[in-house]
Amino acid sequence: MATISNTASAEMTEAGTMVLNMGPQHPSTHGVLRLLLEIDGERVVRMVPDIGFLHTGIEKTCEAKFYQQVVPMTDRIDYLCPMTNNLCYVLAVEKLLQLEIPERAQFIRVMLNELTRIASHLVWLGTHALDMGAMSVFLYCFREREDILRIFENVSGQRMMTSYFRIGGLALDPPLDFFDKVRKFAAIFPERIDEYENLLTSNHIWVVRTKGVAKLTTEECISLGVTGPPLRASGVDWDLRRDMPYSGYEKFKFKVPVSTEGDVYARYMLRIAELRESIGMVKQALEGLPSGPIKTEDAPKVVLPDREKMKTQMEALIYHFKIVTEGFPVPAGEVYQAVESPRGEMGYYVVSDGTAKPYRVHMRSPSFANLQALEKMCVGKLLADVVAAIGSIDIVLGEIDR
Amino acid sequence: MSNSGNIAPAITDINQLKDHPALAKLLGWKTDAVTAAKFDRDELTVTIDRAFIRDACNILKPEFNFMSDITAVDWLPAEPRFQVTYHLLSHKLKERVRLRVMLAGDAPVIESIITIWPAANFFEREIHDLMGIRFIGHPNLSRIMMPEDWEGHPLRKDYPVEGYR
Repeated sequence: MATISNTASAEMTEAGTMVLNMGPQHPSTHGVLRLLLEIDGERVVRMVPDIGFLHTGIEKTCEAKFYQQVVPMTDRIDYLCPMTNNLCYVLAVEKLLQLEIPERAQFIRVMLNELTRIASHLVWLGTHALDMGAMSVFLYCFREREDILRIFENVSGQRMMTSYFRIGGLALDPPLDFFDKVRKFAAIFPERIDEYENLLTSNHIWVVRTKGVAKLTTEECISLGVTGPPLRASGVDWDLRRDMPYSGYEKFKFKVPVSTEGDVYARYMLRIAELRESIGMVKQALEGLPSGPIKTEDAPKVVLPDREKMKTQMEALIYHFKIVTEGFPVPAGEVYQAVESPRGEMGYYVVSDGTAKPYRVHMRSPSFANLQALEKMCVGKLLADVVAAIGSIDIVLGEIDR
Repeated sequence: MSNSGNIAPAITDINQLKDHPALAKLLGWKTDAVTAAKFDRDELTVTIDRAFIRDACNILKPEFNFMSDITAVDWLPAEPRFQVTYHLLSHKLKERVRLRVMLAGDAPVIESIITIWPAANFFEREIHDLMGIRFIGHPNLSRIMMPEDWEGHPLRKDYPVEGYR
């Protein structure tokens, strides 16, 4: 957090510029982001992002929890893509334990992750358009997001803080009507994307506000650690789902959209293309869904037993009691697991010292790194374009501050 | 019963690992810089001498072009107490490498790599703020998460999880 002396004042500086305070309570900073802007007329001379308003010490809290108790904390890091964070954490711990996950669980994980990506992109699209003055897009986007949240509620009992993935598999087999609901959504969604595109893609005001604005070159992206859609919009063909597959992504066919323009419009077009690819993957997961168990069966000390087994088998009851009261020890070591979140490379670095509680959990959040590129995007440009730039990197302050 | 017993033992013999592109490059440059190497759970960890971290990053940069993450671990009461961990990614090789540097507990200081990857800026500030490790050469090493007048470094192991200190 910045010092008090950095606060804004209406007084002019010696250089004839003005320091303007934007946020932390500002509707278009998408959370509690504070920007200190030094402006010369309408031009931005300097920009200092000030973060930390949402710092809750999640990394520290994780050290005091059992491995399985950390899962609900991961939702709260990025509340727009809870499943992505759940997945990344459980994959990291599964890597530490070297667990094999049944194929059915992997397919459901991929399906839910792609739905999460759609839901997250819809919030981005709605709020980004809202920032630029296109009010109606928001209403359309939230209509479909609501469908996805209902699907999440159906499968996990929660709309946003799902915590549905478990170390070793899933919490429960999805309810019987879940797949019908997903199928129904997958059938209508492609034409809904056309609806959003009708509102924006060739809308003159939208194009003028976004084309050529907040450009980033390939070199700038790499050196500033930018990942996800902004990186691909600047011409880097890199997607962790394809290039370093996890959770069975190698079994899915999808294109990775890439653009070389590197401006706000390119990022918009790229995310729209990602929506289409994601819904395609949801369909593939529905069609190819194998039957079988939803959690690994050869690790009784890690995975909670079925309710039925607990009532009939003494051993299962003991394991259940042990896991809940004492957790399970994880062999010492350190792993870094990264997944492609809607915002970029989400990475979990988990260090184990051989006990039932993680020694250290660190989240490499994409927004944290992407935010560093904001200054590059805005300096020398118009003040009005700052709002477009913030929207186009799609930051979530929850994962920046953790 | 648990299949956690199936974990393959970590390889810690540098000679067995020297074919890995990152380690080969570092050993070809300066054998003194690499104090240990470990291949565990499909991930390579190279321990670098504190004095060489900036040069080592420079040497690796042509191949491992992307700096994913920097973080730190507090191994209290062990000495050297702090571990700074760098995760580098190669877009070309589709591989990662983890560099780690051990730092003494009394005055943890390390060179900043901000001139190699400007992305290190926020990451190093975060470690400085929460772990109390100083990065030499960082242009603005101020607190990033906690308020400016905060005392202590919350991610250190001697900092309580709850209650007043």
